[in-house]
This record gives sequence, C-alpha cells and structure tokens, in this order.
Amino acid sequence: MIGSVVVVGASLAGMHAAHTLRAEGYGGGITVVDADGHLPYDKPPLSKQVLAGDWDVDRITLPAAREDLGLDYRLGRRAMGLDLADRFVRLDGGERVGFDGLVLAAGASARWLPGAPMLGGVHVVRSLDDCLGLREALDAGPARVVVIGAGFIGAEVAATCRGRGLEVTLLEAAATPLERALGPVIGGVMADLHRDHGVDLRLGVGVAGLDGTDRVEAVRLDDGSVIPAEVVVVGIGVTPNTGWLEGSGLELDDGVVTDDTLCAAPAVVAAGDIARWPSARYGERLRVEHWETAIQMGEAAARRLLADHDGRPVESFDPVPWFWSDQYDRKVQLAGRSSASDDLEIVVGSLEERRFVALYGRGGRVVGVLGMNRPRHVMALRELVTDGVDWPEGLARARAMA
Amino acid sequence: MRVVVDYDLCESNAICMGIAPEVFEVRDDDFLYVLDETPPEELRAKVAEAVQRCPKQAIALVED
Repeated sequence: MIGSVVVVGASLAGMHAAHTLRAEGYGGGITVVDADGHLPYDKPPLSKQVLAGDWDVDRITLPAAREDLGLDYRLGRRAMGLDLADRFVRLDGGERVGFDGLVLAAGASARWLPGAPMLGGVHVVRSLDDCLGLREALDAGPARVVVIGAGFIGAEVAATCRGRGLEVTLLEAAATPLERALGPVIGGVMADLHRDHGVDLRLGVGVAGLDGTDRVEAVRLDDGSVIPAEVVVVGIGVTPNTGWLEGSGLELDDGVVTDDTLCAAPAVVAAGDIARWPSARYGERLRVEHWETAIQMGEAAARRLLADHDGRPVESFDPVPWFWSDQYDRKVQLAGRSSASDDLEIVVGSLEERRFVALYGRGGRVVGVLGMNRPRHVMALRELVTDGVDWPEGLARARAMA
Repeated sequence: MRVVVDYDLCESNAICMGIAPEVFEVRDDDFLYVLDETPPEELRAKVAEAVQRCPKQAIALVED
C-alpha cells in the first residue's frame, strides 16, 4: 500500500489528481506543492473575465480546493529537485518531502521574447499574478497595447483589451491568427473578427526588438516599422517546467516523457501541460495544453498510481483532445487535432455569418470538428473524430444535423 | 438528486451534454436546457462527472 503521495503542481491536473485519489478511496497523505502562492485556481478566466475586471479573484478557486480533501499544501514553495532512488522531492530551502507515489503536474511557463530585455510594461499572462499585474496596467488606461502573438492567449487578451475600450495592435508572424492550430481558412475568419472589432492586426511580421530604457516605449518590427506602446503582452507559447527534473533520470523531451499510461518511472506519473505521452490514436507523442485534457490526465494519472497497489486494470490514455476559446461574442470549439494541410469543409452555417461547423479531414477520415458558436454540433459530432469516421460519411452525417 | 444550473455562469460549452445527453441539451439557440431535473439514480455517475467537468462550475447536484 502507498502511504504518501506528493503532487507537484496545484493547478488543474494536480488538483484533479488529488481529488481522484480521494474519490478512489486513497486515505494516505497527499502533499501538494506549488511555486504559486495562491489557492489553486482556474486559468482560462485569466485572459478573459478576470483580466476584464468582471470577476473577482475568489471566483476562480478550483472546486477541489474548496473541498476538504485533507491535503497538506506547500503553496509558494518551489520543487527544486527529484531523487528517484531515495524517493523524495527537494523543495526550495532544502526541505525533503518523501513519497511512495509522485504526480508530476508542474505545468509550463510563458515563453519570453528571445533576447528581449526585462523592461517595465512588458507582460505575459500565465499566472494569477501575471493577470493582476496586466490588469493594473490596463486600468491605468494606456494609449496602446501591443500584443505579440495571435495564438489563443494573445487573441483572447486582444479581445479583452478591446472590450475595455483600449487601442490594440496584434502582431503575428504567421499569415493568419491561430493558423497552426486551425489552418488558414478559419484563421482568416479570426483575422476578420479581430479587425471588425477594431484591432490593428499585423500579419506575417516578426518582432525585431523592444525599445525603452526602464519601461517599454515601442515595439520594433522586422519590416522596419516601429509601434509606440505603453503596454506589451507577449503570448508566444509556453515551455514545460522540467528544469528541476534535469539529471533526475526521467526522460525529458519538451516535457516529461511517459508511457501510454502516463507513467514516467515506477510510481511516478505525469499529467497536464508537462506530460508527453505516446498516443496510439495519433501515432506520435503528444503534449497537449488544453483545459479538459489536464483534467482527464490528472484523473488517469491518479488511477494509474493506485493501480500498482490495488490490482485494477491499467488503461491506455488516448482521448480526443478538445478545447474552446472565447473572443468577443464568438465561441470557437475544436474536437480533435487539425493542421493547416487538412481538408476542410463547412457543413453547417457559413463563414460569413460566423456561426458554422467545419470538419477537418486527413487520410480519408474525419480528424477534427470545429464550431463557431455551435456548441451543440461540436459535442454531438465529436464522435466522428473519436470513431475516425470515413470522410464522405462524416460529411453526410454532419450535414444531416443542420 | 436534483440538477441545478446557474445560468449566470453557464456559457453553453456543452460539455455536460457530451457526458450526459439524457440530462443536458444545448439547443440551436445556444442555451442549455435541463431535460430531466431529477434524473434516475443510474445517471448519478454521469451527472457527477458533468459537474466536475463544467468549465464554468455552473452545475450542482442537490440532494433533496
């Protein structure tokens, strides 16, 4: 029997792991470590409702953190190292926390602009403190906010800033926003959406550097233009928090590498943004940063830890990823994984009305269902992706739903 | 067991419908409808999962 579990990371994956351990009857000790000092919180509102000032901070506390799960919290404490032989996690200050089972759910950190100096006025949005810092800067009413990167975070921050009546320039190196995730056609819809809401959207441009001495004054582009900016938000992706695991003996490759049951080593599991697992469905190792995937991984990782001890069957982790993004009055949802080279068909509604369902196809099968303000269809058609339905049949079934 | 939805929080992500279509339905008007406010006991596990998975924490299970 295991008597003590350490969970490193008190965000979605880690807290769902802790919740699942208890729900499955585990009664031993659970120590939850996180470098973030706040009560565990939900992150999607950080680029939307909390940043907008519509929600108070206590509204985003995770449900598991409101329950009495008997957790020994070490919040505001950073995990510094892992000893697999003697089975302990070393925290900042040198404290050793021993474990029989370990859940690695330390997440990821926002990437900083390569080579850019640490100037005042430059923000990322990853943690609650990041969000509150940016919110304070927006409250001051800057003349212009420049957002670097039109991925999900950048696009949502730009939409939120417009909602606050601020002038926004949104910079993207690709030809459309969200191009890598959604392809050029849907990316084009997103570009029009931002422009119609008054965003100064610049596509196909790179950032050459930031100007300013103590505070940022302008963003220099590689086409030679200069955009004055009082506030700059960098949204160019994240890096998994694996630095403290180097030399531990775990395999690291843009994340903690696990087997198909999320096991990284005996009695060590990984979940959430930090984990990279082999997906039979997609024939590659995946690291997925979606909200729902973090929940599913936390639950699966907890059950995997217990399986070693209670003899229950071990399941392969292989879900169809799903995410949503809210921008202005539009909700984009995607079930599956799409790429820019996939076939694309609009099966319900139209791009013009910005209320539609699109199917992505690859190799003769449906690989993605995307909806804009069509949540019912996305959920109902998700099974086309789960089942890998033939492309013509998928199109017919989707169109029959219209 | 009674299903209660806080419609001030609900933003019709339709996750609940994916998990328990017997109880939750997002219709073409993009609003969530609860088809069965007092679902039978055999649906408890599904409804409980929907409560856990709701991105807005908008669903609650109330024991009367």
